[in-house]
Parts: sequence; structure tokens; C-alpha cells
Amino acid sequence: MEKKTLVMGVIGADVHAVGNKILYHAFTAAGFNCVNLGVMVSQEEYINAAIESNADVIVVSSLYGHGELDCRGMREKCDEAGLKGILLYVGGNIVVGKQPFDEVEKRFKEMGFDRVFGPGTPPETTIAALYEDLGVQPPEETEE
Amino acid sequence: MKPVLLMDFGSTYTKLTAVDVESETLLGTASSYTTVQTDIGEGLQNALDILEQKTGKLDFAERYACSSAAGGLRMITSGLVPELTAEAAKQASLGAGAKVIRVYSYELTKKDVAEIVASRPDMILLVGGTDGGNSECILANAKKLSQVDPICPIVIAGNRNCADECEELLEKWETHVCENVMPKFNELNIEPAQHEIRQIFLNRIIQAKGLSKASELISGIMMPTPAAMMAAMQLLAEGTKAESGIGELVAVDLGGATTDVYSIADGMPTQSNTIVKGLMEPYAKRTVEGDIGMRYSIWGIVDAAGIDRVSQLSGIAPERAKEMIQFLSENTETLPQDQEWENLDFALASLAVETAVARHAGTIEQVYTPMGLAYSQIGKDLTPVRRIVVTGGAIIHTKRTGEIAAHSLQNPNQPGSLRPVGAKFLVDRKYILAAMGLLGQYYPDTALRIMKKELVEATE
Ligand code: B12
Repeated sequence: MEKKTLVMGVIGADVHAVGNKILYHAFTAAGFNCVNLGVMVSQEEYINAAIESNADVIVVSSLYGHGELDCRGMREKCDEAGLKGILLYVGGNIVVGKQPFDEVEKRFKEMGFDRVFGPGTPPETTIAALYEDLGVQPPEETEE
Repeated sequence: MKPVLLMDFGSTYTKLTAVDVESETLLGTASSYTTVQTDIGEGLQNALDILEQKTGKLDFAERYACSSAAGGLRMITSGLVPELTAEAAKQASLGAGAKVIRVYSYELTKKDVAEIVASRPDMILLVGGTDGGNSECILANAKKLSQVDPICPIVIAGNRNCADECEELLEKWETHVCENVMPKFNELNIEPAQHEIRQIFLNRIIQAKGLSKASELISGIMMPTPAAMMAAMQLLAEGTKAESGIGELVAVDLGGATTDVYSIADGMPTQSNTIVKGLMEPYAKRTVEGDIGMRYSIWGIVDAAGIDRVSQLSGIAPERAKEMIQFLSENTETLPQDQEWENLDFALASLAVETAVARHAGTIEQVYTPMGLAYSQIGKDLTPVRRIVVTGGAIIHTKRTGEIAAHSLQNPNQPGSLRPVGAKFLVDRKYILAAMGLLGQYYPDTALRIMKKELVEATE
């Protein structure tokens, strides 16, 4: 299978590093070619990395509550940069406190995100979504 | 005694340095006006006569040369994203000693291609995309270039998956394929491209520039002068097996038209809560400030630093300073004759050093997070560097070298600039560094020991 490329990182001034590392390992093991930008990533960095690496999807994490502010305008910037139709995922603790998730999801979808994941989403859920959206299969178990 | 001659063919001067590699001593230096238009051998002969008047007749066992004549190695680079592969291509070219005429990013337009052709580069470096990444851009650019008549060699160092296709598109051109300058996202890999650039310079460009006339006089290695300077700095910093180097350093070469800055330092963050942003920068990095120079680019210094600071540092009223600067920009050969002109040159040199090193060094910004301060660093952190090497006419021919060099250090008005905090200043009084870079290709221990002996410390 041709490997799909994803660009990932924690957006804005957010320094929560642990989840990002876990996701990186999970996505890599699931057969994706991961460009991990780490923490404190600006919209421009995701976009530039996606252009050079010809990425299929950008996976944005936000843990510290300011995700909504940080993510605003991201889709428009992607369009501007020629990344028309690139998949945008977001997850983590993307808003402050406990808000009804369907409202949160709606707001992020309006911003142009294709998939929005609530707090505590396990990596498997995201991976399943990636396989579905990108039309690929899990890598076959290789003999050790 | 085993005398070796080191030649530096510049666009205006031919500089010679003679060393005895047996006793590891400098025998003498000399320079003479170069006449590239007529015959390079003539300038060389004149300089040799001057040299031998000082040293007596020398029977050179070996002769090595570097050159920045005829504009040096003039390059165009083309990459994808300005901050990423386009920047990587620029850094690769500068590190190889090139003069980068222009950096293009994204897809070239017809107008861009016409501009490239009109600017008559010696070489083009074509990159874009990580390996397996974007291929549209580099292919589109190869296609655009294939539609015009070949003008120079092209080095292809982009996404490896489309290197073959680029070569096919550019079949009329002389192409050289090498490893990607950015094989993975944010991973710089500029040495292979630099090696290729030097090789092409050696095999092809020096002939085109009429330097081969001198080649029967040369036993080996022609490289661009800045590449020789870079080699010298790397040798001085790192040392050899037999002789230790002086450690991480920054070097400033203040010229009439440009100011070059080199750093041999890893530049990693020095504070723990720092996150590095932007393209990883090379350990051996060179920048060229085309708008900062003591004569041809004198107004660039004023534009960057402001006339008030020129006035404050020189003690000359702004209006008078402007008049003097205008005069110098029109009479580029002028050397300071009295105290007032010396003061002006002092101020200009200080501000040129300050500006050029500030642009070369990284920057750091405080980021306020709810749990306190964090830092975000772009570029190299040079604060721990403890050695600064300075060269170039306006710095080495003045008594105030130390004071000028001190402007390369961090100052409280620009707290975000990651320049060295405190350092020892080493002066290339005899202007031998490029020559030592050349010598170092064959006699690294000797070249290193001569540099350590000849570089003199300047105090503020
Ligand atoms: C450790 C920690 C810190 C450390 C971080 C150290 C570091 N460098 O990593 C420090 C002390 C620096 C810190 C600071 C702050 N923190 Co804090 N922190 C935590 C804590 C306790 C654990 C985070 C963690 O590592 N979890 C373990 C990893 C594995 O889980 P994770 O990060 O959630 O990631 C998983 C999932 O979220 C998911 N995921 C993540 N991204 C994505 C993306 C997609 C697309 C998908 C599908 C899934 C997904 O998958 C990951 C792997 O399973 C959490 C509370 C908690 N228990 O979660 C608070 C917490 C995240 N912090 C919080 C806050 C508010 C802050 C501060 C703003 C202030 C403060 N109270 O200290 C600052 C912000 C600093 C900054 N600029 O970012 C809040 C956020 C509240 C909100 N969003 O409404 C939390 C939830 C605590 C709380 N209940 O109040 N924090």
C-alpha cells in the first residue's frame, strides 16, 4: 500500500506534549507517514509542512482550551495555499471546560474541519476514521 | 624549506600568501590590482613580484587557488515554500560559497524564467518537496526551464521521486542530480548539493571565467573564495586529530559591497523551556548581507541602523554625516584621511557588524502561557559562542578593531537577538583566512597552527 502522509502537531501556544507523542506512535504503527511538528505549532507551519510533504491530512491537537481561537481561519489559509480539499481533523480538549459536544462539533465543522473529536477519544477511533476517509486498509501484519 | 603559494583571485585584487609548510610559518603576503578583462596572469605576476621583493625569490613546491573573480559563483535557486525548501536551497548555495542572485519559491512564471535567463547565472539549484512529497512544483519549474535555451548547469536536489523526470524534461540542459536538500520535513541535507556545486565550479565555471589561463600555474583546487573562508573557519573551530581547534565561533567579513557572516556552532537552545521553530539551520552557516558594506553598500548601513545612530557613534552631526556618506558612496576607493573620517568609518563598521550579525543569529521570543513563561526560538542560539573572528579592510586596518567587533555581541536594546553574550575577538590582521582554508585542504595541521599564531586578540 502506498503510505498516506499526515501532518500533526499541537496548535497555538499549547505545550501539552504527551498526547502528541502517543498519537505519533499510534499513527506511525497504523501505517501512516507522519510529519510531527510537536507542540506550539502555528497554522502556517502545518500548511507549509503539508505543501512540501504533499500531505493528505492535517491532524490538529489542542489541549489547553484555546483551540477555537487558534483554529480560526485555518481552512481559508489552506485554500489560499493551494491545499484545496485537504482533510482537516481536530481533537483533544478543544474548548474551555465542559460544553455540549455536538455544539462544539458544529462550530468546528463550520470552520471547515472534516472531523472533530471530543475529549478522551482513543487513537483507534481517529485511525479508523483516517482509513475510511483516505480509502486505505490497515497495513498487513508482517511476519516478525 | 618548502614554500607553498596560495592565491586568491578577487574581482579587483589578486591576493597572495606564501607559507613555508616545513617550519609552519607565514613567509609573506602581497596583493595587486586584478585585470580579469585582459589577462589574469598579469595581475598574478605583478603580485608575485611584490611578494618576492619582500621575501626574496621563492621556489614554490605547490600552488593553490581560490577565486571570486568575475562576480564569484553567481547562483539562482528555486524551491517550493519560502521558509522551507527555498530556504534550504539558499543555505546550500551560500555555504558552497556562491553569490545568490535571487531565490525563487513556488512555481516559476514566464517572467521569472526570462529574468533568470537575463541574469546570466553560473548555475541554477532546483529543489522542492520532501522525498515522496510534493512533486508538482519542481516538475512545473523543470518544464518551464526546458522551454528556453540552456544557459548554465542545473543541480537538481529536490524530491527524489521525480528527479528522473526532471532530468528528462531538462534533457537539453547540463543537469546534475543529487540528494534532496530536505529529504524529510525540516531535515536539512545540504552537503551533497554543496559538493556537487563545488565540483561543477571546479570543472566548468573557472574555465568559462577565463581563469584557466592561470591554471598551468596552479597545482590544485579552485574553489570560490567564500568556500575557502568557510573551510578555514570550520578547521579553526573543530581542529584536527593532531591539533585542537578553538571551539564554536562566529566570523565576520566586512567588505566594501557586502558583509559575510559565518557561524560554526550548533545553535541549540540554551534554556530548557524553549521550543525551536522554523527550519533547522546548518551547523556551518554562512549569510551574506548584500546591502551592508563600507562603500558600495554604505547607504544600506544607514537604512538599517538609522542616521541617528551613525551620528551618535561617530560624534558627527547627522547632516554632515550624510554628506560624507554620499561622498564615500561615489568615491568608493576613499580611505579615511583624518580623525573625522576615521570616526565615521568606525561608526559605519560598528553598525555594519551589528546589523549583519543580528541578521545571522537567531531570535527568541517570550510566549506567555497561563502557567508562566516559555520561549520560542527561530534560528541559531549563538549566545554561548566565545570566539569572534573578524576580517575585512575596514576592521583590520583600524586601531579600534575591538570596539567595532564588540558590536557583534548581544546588547540590551535587542534582548531577543541570540548573539554571543561575551567573547574574545580574533583579528585577521594579515588577511590570510581564505588562504588558510585552501592550505587546509592539503595541510590541515599546518593551516590550523598558522591561524592560531597569526590571529591576534583585540580588546575593546
Ligand atoms: C500534564 C498537564 C500539563 C502540563 C503539560 C506538560 C507537557 N509539556 O506536556 C503543564 C503543567 C505544562 C500544563 C499546563 C497547562 N495546562 Co494542563 N494539563 C496536564 C494534564 C494533567 C495531563 C495532560 C496529559 O499529558 N495527558 C495525557 C495525554 C496522553 O492525554 P492528552 O494530552 O489528552 O492526549 C490524548 C487525547 O486528548 C487525544 N488527542 C489529543 N489530540 C488529539 C487530536 C485528535 C484529532 C484526536 C482524535 C485525539 C486527540 O489523544 C491523546 C492520546 O491519547 C491535563 C489533565 C488531564 N488529565 O488530561 C491538564 C489540562 C490539559 N491542562 C489544562 C490547562 C487549563 C492548563 C493550563 C492552561 C493552565 C493550568 N491549569 O496549568 C496550562 C497551559 C500551558 C500551555 N501553554 O499549554 C486543562 C485544559 C482545560 C480545557 N481544555 O478546558 C486540563 C484538561 C486540566 C483541567 N482539567 O483543567 N498542563
